This record gives sequence, structure tokens and C-alpha cells, in this order.
Amino acid sequence: MAIIETTNLAYTYPGGSKPSIRDVSIAIEKGDFVILTGPSGCGKTTLCRCFNGLIPHFYSGKLEGELTVAGVKIVDHPIYEIAKRVGLVFQNPENQLFALSAEKDVAFGLENLGMPRDEIRKRVDWALQMTGIEDLRERAPHELSGGQQQRVAIACVLAMQPDVMVLDEPTSFLDPLGAKKIFEVINELNGKLGITVILVEHRLDLASKYANHVIIMDEGKVVLDGEPREVFNSETARLIGVGIPKATRLWQMLREDGIRLKEAPVSSEEAAKLLRGVLKT
Amino acid sequence: MIEVKDVYFTYPSGVEALRGVSLTIKNGEFVAIMGQNGAGKTTLVKHFNGLLKPTKGEVLVDEVSTRDVSVAKLARKVGFVFQNPDHQLFSETVEEEIAFALRNFGFKETVTKRRVTWALNLLGLTGYRQTSPFMLSGGERKRVALASVLAWNPKVVMLDEPTIGQDHQQKEKLRQFIVQMNAQRKTVVIVTHDVEFVAECNPRVMLMSEGKIVADGEAKKILTDTKLVTLASIVPPQITQIFLELADLGLPTDLIDVYEARKTLLDHLEGKTPT
Repeated sequence: MAIIETTNLAYTYPGGSKPSIRDVSIAIEKGDFVILTGPSGCGKTTLCRCFNGLIPHFYSGKLEGELTVAGVKIVDHPIYEIAKRVGLVFQNPENQLFALSAEKDVAFGLENLGMPRDEIRKRVDWALQMTGIEDLRERAPHELSGGQQQRVAIACVLAMQPDVMVLDEPTSFLDPLGAKKIFEVINELNGKLGITVILVEHRLDLASKYANHVIIMDEGKVVLDGEPREVFNSETARLIGVGIPKATRLWQMLREDGIRLKEAPVSSEEAAKLLRGVLKT
Repeated sequence: MIEVKDVYFTYPSGVEALRGVSLTIKNGEFVAIMGQNGAGKTTLVKHFNGLLKPTKGEVLVDEVSTRDVSVAKLARKVGFVFQNPDHQLFSETVEEEIAFALRNFGFKETVTKRRVTWALNLLGLTGYRQTSPFMLSGGERKRVALASVLAWNPKVVMLDEPTIGQDHQQKEKLRQFIVQMNAQRKTVVIVTHDVEFVAECNPRVMLMSEGKIVADGEAKKILTDTKLVTLASIVPPQITQIFLELADLGLPTDLIDVYEARKTLLDHLEGKTPT
């Protein structure tokens, strides 16, 4: 069953002369790990703002078409209700964290929902454990490294036990090993808890191997929607100038040289395996 | 030329961010400083334009100690683009933002106008002249910050994490742009985590860890050294990773570039006797 479904979704910001997104018709299945990418200004962030109801409840403007999340029409429900289903993690955790300790930051959303104290305690412990930061609970977020802060931000969203987690370039401020660890945490939440993940990302070399679904937008429209290897290998992806993984690019170049490896790889492991086959024979 | 001589730096909080750094960057060089979060990269480059002064040791820019010259004067020579554009931008329009430093440096209004137009054009921002920087996307704000520094034409351009939030095409433009600045004998120093970007640019790489420089050399040498990259909390470029997995087949592992990889594979396959 699709957990997010849109039909001809279009949105124009207040005062905008043309829609920021238009004709968006997509279906995201429960448990999908989606990478949402495309050139800057293509409408990725706007679409994410629709998923958690910031559009149309916080940003006015003109929303057209249909959008349901977890069977609920976003337009008919207030943000605080949608927040229980869809969590949003920002690019820069500094913009999201404000409390005096990691624990208090994680508890904040739950307190706002008026949840009983015992339940809050349980959920905070669980979220800190799932993100591997139990030892940081007493620390002030501003004392933490970028990677640690980003984990606190993810824990805040996780504590709400959402069905869908939307992450807008969550690792861009982190060093590559720190980024890899965050992707692994997200991957685990997706695999173990079945949380649907929508990851906005430009660095496809790092993230592609975790995804089972890729959506590419350009100029407000969805131009590609499907399996990672099909999408990355398509002519359209090349023309838009999406930075497809180097493994996929190498495969394409070798193909032009007449070396036909089977299906296009999206990770170094896959590419190495395919090449090994050719090099050994 | 930038010379750093055995520099130590301790923040007032007691954090020892630099612990004995020595290096020389010649005019016209392109250098990438890499390393994990908190390794001291930004602290180091803030010494190049005098924003920070060494606790011990000395930094010379064109043979003058940064202690003996004002930050304002040094800024004319060494431009710095912050990692987070919001730490830098404050004007009401993009145009005003770019003109600000030029007026401060005392450029004539006609020159200021010309330079603003030049910088807007260079970074594809002409359509945003009258827009508030805060209405722009993260990637666009970064370009405004870059334009505002390039406008006064500093000899050395330092960019802290220039590829964050930039899509593939913008990164490619940035790369071409750096190559172009280099060709004009400008010194370019970037602080970055973006391994794939460095692999495409192939600059001189300085690797930092815990306040020290642990490696200095060609990108190709450093990014393919698994011990070094682990030490600096980075991962090798995807192309390198492919070849590391195939190391047992007798292929080289010091490759970072997709074109190089293609050639190596083709040569290898041709060299084999047909069956």
C-alpha cells in the first residue's frame, strides 16, 4: 500500500508567479527508502514541505491536486497531527536543536503532544538508543560535533515514532565517515522498524546503495521515478546533469567501448563484482 | 605566498586546535585541506587572513607577519568565503551585499557598479540583483557569498566547504571556475569533505588530524592511501574503492578519476591474450 500518494500536485508560494512544483503524481510504498534529487531549485524541498503539512498549513499560497499520507488527506489535518506521522530532519542540526541537553531536545516534541511522563521517558530512552547516543543525553547540543548533533536531530524525530521520515541533506556538514554512519543509522531505522525514508541528497556516490526507489525532479516536475539502477542509467538523468554514482558512470563508459557488463552498478561493491567477472575470464 | 611556521593555537575555552603546523602555499597553487570535523581545518585557514593570530609560531603572507597588519588590510589580499553563508550575508538585496565590501575598500562607485555586474554574471546571479539573499536557496546564498568576495579580486581565495548544498552542475561550474582562477595565478585554498569533488579537481591535498598536518601531496596519492584516509575520517573516492576491491587481480589501486579508470581497464583487457 502506498504510504504517500500524490495526484497532479502543484503548489505556488504566496506572491509567486509560477508554481514551484507541478503535475507531481507519485506513489511511495510503505518501507521504501527513497532518494529525492535534482538540480537546486527543482522543487525538492517544496515537495518535502507538502509531505509534512508545512504546505499548506504554515506556508499559504496555492495548493492544487491530491496528497494523502498514511491514508490521511494532509489538507484536512493540522500540522501537530501530521507531525506524528511524518518527521522532518533539517540539513543543519543547528537550526533544529535548542535545548540545554540532548535528552530535553528529544523530549520536546513529545511534551508538546501532552504525552504522559512515563511514556516520554520510555520513548526518549528508546530513540537515544536507536541512534547510538545514550552517552550524550546530558550533553548540551552546542558542545557536540556536527555528526553527534545530527544524530540528536534524528532522535528528536524518531521519538515521535513517525511512519515517514523526511531528511533534507542530513549529512552535508559531516565528514564522509560521519556521513556514512548517519546513513547507516537511517538504513537501520528503515530496515528494522520499517520507517519509510525520504532522503533529499546530492551526494549519490555515498547514498545510492541504501535506496530502493529514486525520484528525480527538474523545474518543478518529477522527471524520473523508479529503481535506482534504471533511473541513474537513463539518458534523462545524464541530460539533467544529476551526478550519478561514479560506478554507474564507469559502467556506461565501458559500455561505449564495447565492454558489456550486466546490469548497471550503483555502488563500488557491485561494480567490483561485475568487473571481476570480466577481468577473470 | 603563505608561510605557516610551527603554529599553535588555543581557543580561550582551552581547546588546543592547532598543534605545531608548518606549511608553505606558493602563489597560484590550488590546495584542498581535508580532515575530520574538528581537526582544525577552519582554524588554520582563519590564520591565513589574520582573523586568528597564532598563540605560538608565525604566519607570513607575502613575507609580512599577520600580527603586523590589520585584518581589513589583509582581507584585500586574502578573501574568505564562510562555510555557512548566513554568517556572512546581511544586506537587503544581493546587489547591495556584493557592493558592500567594495565600498568599504574605497572603490569608486562606477568601479563598484561594474564589479558587481561582473560578479553577478560570473556566478549566474544576474536575475537576483534585487532579491533579498534570504529569499534564496542554500546553494544560491553560497554563490552570493562567493560573488561578494570575488568582486574585490583578492589574490588568494579561501573557500570553506564550497560544495555543500550545491548540485552536480553547480559543482562542475565551481570546478571550472577554480581552474580559471588558477590560470590567472590566483591562489585557491578550499576546506572540504567532498572527496568526489577533490578527485575531480586533483589539487594538492593537506590532510589534518587533531590539529596537525598528517599528509601533504597530490590528491591521487593521498586519497588512495587507505591508512591516511581512515585517519582523517574520510572515505576514498568511489573509483578508488572499486580498484581497492580488485587489488588481488594485479590492477593499480591509485586511481581516483573515472577516465583514468576506464583507460586502465581497457589496457588491462587488451593486454590479455585472446582466448
